[in-house]
Amino acid sequence: MAFLYQTGRYFLFLRRVFGRPVKHRIFLKQIIDEIDDLGVGSLGIVIIISFFIGAVITLQTAYNIEMPIIPKYTVGLATRDTILLEFSSTIVSLILAGKVGSHIASEIGTMRVTEQIDALDVMGINSASYLVLPKVVAMVFVNPFLVMISMGVGIGGGWISGSFTGVVPSGEYIYGIQYGFIPFYVVYSLIKSVVFGFLIASISGYWGYYTSGGSLEVGRSSTRAVVVSSVQILLFNLILTQLLLA
Amino acid sequence: MIEVKNVFKSFEENDVLKDVSGVFEAGKTNLIIGQSGSGKTVLLKTIVGLHEVDKGEIFYDGRSFTEMHGKARKEIRTEMGMLFQGSALFDSKTVEENVRFPLDMFSDMSMNDRIERANFCLKRVHLDNVNHLYPAEISGGMQKRVAIARAIALNPKYLFCDEPNSGLDPRTSIVIDDLIHEITKEYNMTTIVNTHDMNSVMGIGEKIVFIDDGEKCWEGTNEEILKSDNTRLNDFIFASRFLKQLRAGN
Repeated sequence: MAFLYQTGRYFLFLRRVFGRPVKHRIFLKQIIDEIDDLGVGSLGIVIIISFFIGAVITLQTAYNIEMPIIPKYTVGLATRDTILLEFSSTIVSLILAGKVGSHIASEIGTMRVTEQIDALDVMGINSASYLVLPKVVAMVFVNPFLVMISMGVGIGGGWISGSFTGVVPSGEYIYGIQYGFIPFYVVYSLIKSVVFGFLIASISGYWGYYTSGGSLEVGRSSTRAVVVSSVQILLFNLILTQLLLA
Repeated sequence: MIEVKNVFKSFEENDVLKDVSGVFEAGKTNLIIGQSGSGKTVLLKTIVGLHEVDKGEIFYDGRSFTEMHGKARKEIRTEMGMLFQGSALFDSKTVEENVRFPLDMFSDMSMNDRIERANFCLKRVHLDNVNHLYPAEISGGMQKRVAIARAIALNPKYLFCDEPNSGLDPRTSIVIDDLIHEITKEYNMTTIVNTHDMNSVMGIGEKIVFIDDGEKCWEGTNEEILKSDNTRLNDFIFASRFLKQLRAGN
C-alpha cells in the first residue's frame, strides 16, 4: 500500500512540478545556476571515477584474455564497449544519484522543515515547480554532457594505463577502440542519461519536498532519495536496454 | 477584515480545530493566543491556506477564500504577507535578495525600483548596512525584521505573524511587537499574530482570541483580558508563579 501511495503522490507531484513558471527570466536564471551547481559541480568526481575505472577495465580485460589466439586490440574494443554501454551512462548516473540526489533532497528538505517552502506557498508561488523544475531541466540537459565526458576520460584512462604498464601497446588499443564501432551505442547511452537525469532530479526533489519533521527526517529523506533513485536507474536501465538494443 | 466561520480541521484521528469562528478587523493588531499545542498555528495556517479546512469558511473582505481556486487564490495571496516562527528567510539569498524576492516574482518594476523598494522596507524595519549579508550572518532579531520587511514588500492588505517573538530576548521582542503594531496602523492592514507571550498580549493586543484545545474560549481586548472570569483563560494567563502572586496581591 505504501508503494502505491508514494507512486501516486509522486505522479501528482510531477503534475505540480510541470506547472508554468511565474517568470521565465527568473526560471532561465535558475536553470543556469542549477547547471553550474549540479552539473559543473559534479565534473570533478565524474572525471576522477571515469579515469580510474577506464584504467582498471583495461588492465582486468588484458589479464583475463591473455591468450595468443586473442589479439591485443580486443582489450581496447572491450574497454570501449563496457564504457559506452554501461559504465558512462549507468554507473556514472548511480554515482550522481548519490551526490546530486542527496544534495537536492537535503536542500529541499531543509527548506521544508524551516518553513521556506511554506513562505513560497503563502506568496502564491507554485513551490514544487519553482524549486524542482529548474533542477529537472538542468539534470536532463547536463547529464548527457557528463556522460560524454566520462566516455572520453574512461577510454583515455584505459589507453594511459594500458600503455604505461605495457599490457596493451598504444597502437593496438587505439585500433581496438575504433574496431567495429557502432555509433548507435553512443546514442543509446545518451538516451539513458537523459532518462536517468530526470529520475535523479525528480525523485530526489519528491523526497525532499515531502520531508516532515526536523534534521533527522532531512537525513532520512536524503537517504531514501539516493536509494529510490538508484533502484529506479537500475530498473529503467533494464527496460531501456530491452527497448533500444533488443 | 478576515472572518473565520465554523472552521473544523483534523489530522487523521486528531481533531485540532473544533468549530472556530472569529472576526479579525482591519487596522488592528489581532492576536490569537493559547498554550503550545492548542491549535493556534494550525488556525493561522488554515487562514492563509497552507492547510485546507475540513468544514467551515474563511472570508477576506467578504471574498470566500475557501471557495477560491487557482488564479483567484494566487491573486489574493499577493495581498498577504507572512512572518514565520523561524523567519523562513531563503538561506541562499542575501538580505536584500530576500526582501526583493516578492517584487522580483510579482511586480513589473525595474531593477532599480525594486532595489529602492527593498531598501525602503529594510529602513522601515530599522535595518541598515546588512543588504549583502546572508541570513546566517545576522542575529535572530534581525532575521525577524528582514522577514517583516519581506512580508511588507508588496504592500499587503493582510499580515500574518506566527510566534514573532519566539527565541528572542524580552527587549528585542518588544521591538518586533512595536514594529508589527506600527506597520499595521501605517498601512491599515488586517494583522493576525499568533503568540503565547503575555507581554505581546498586553502591549499590542487590540483584539484577542483565546484558543484552548482547538476551541475558541474567549474573545476581547488587552484591557478586558485581566478582568475576565473565564477559568480556562485565567489558567493560561496566570500560569506563571509571578503573575499568580501579583493577582493574589491585587
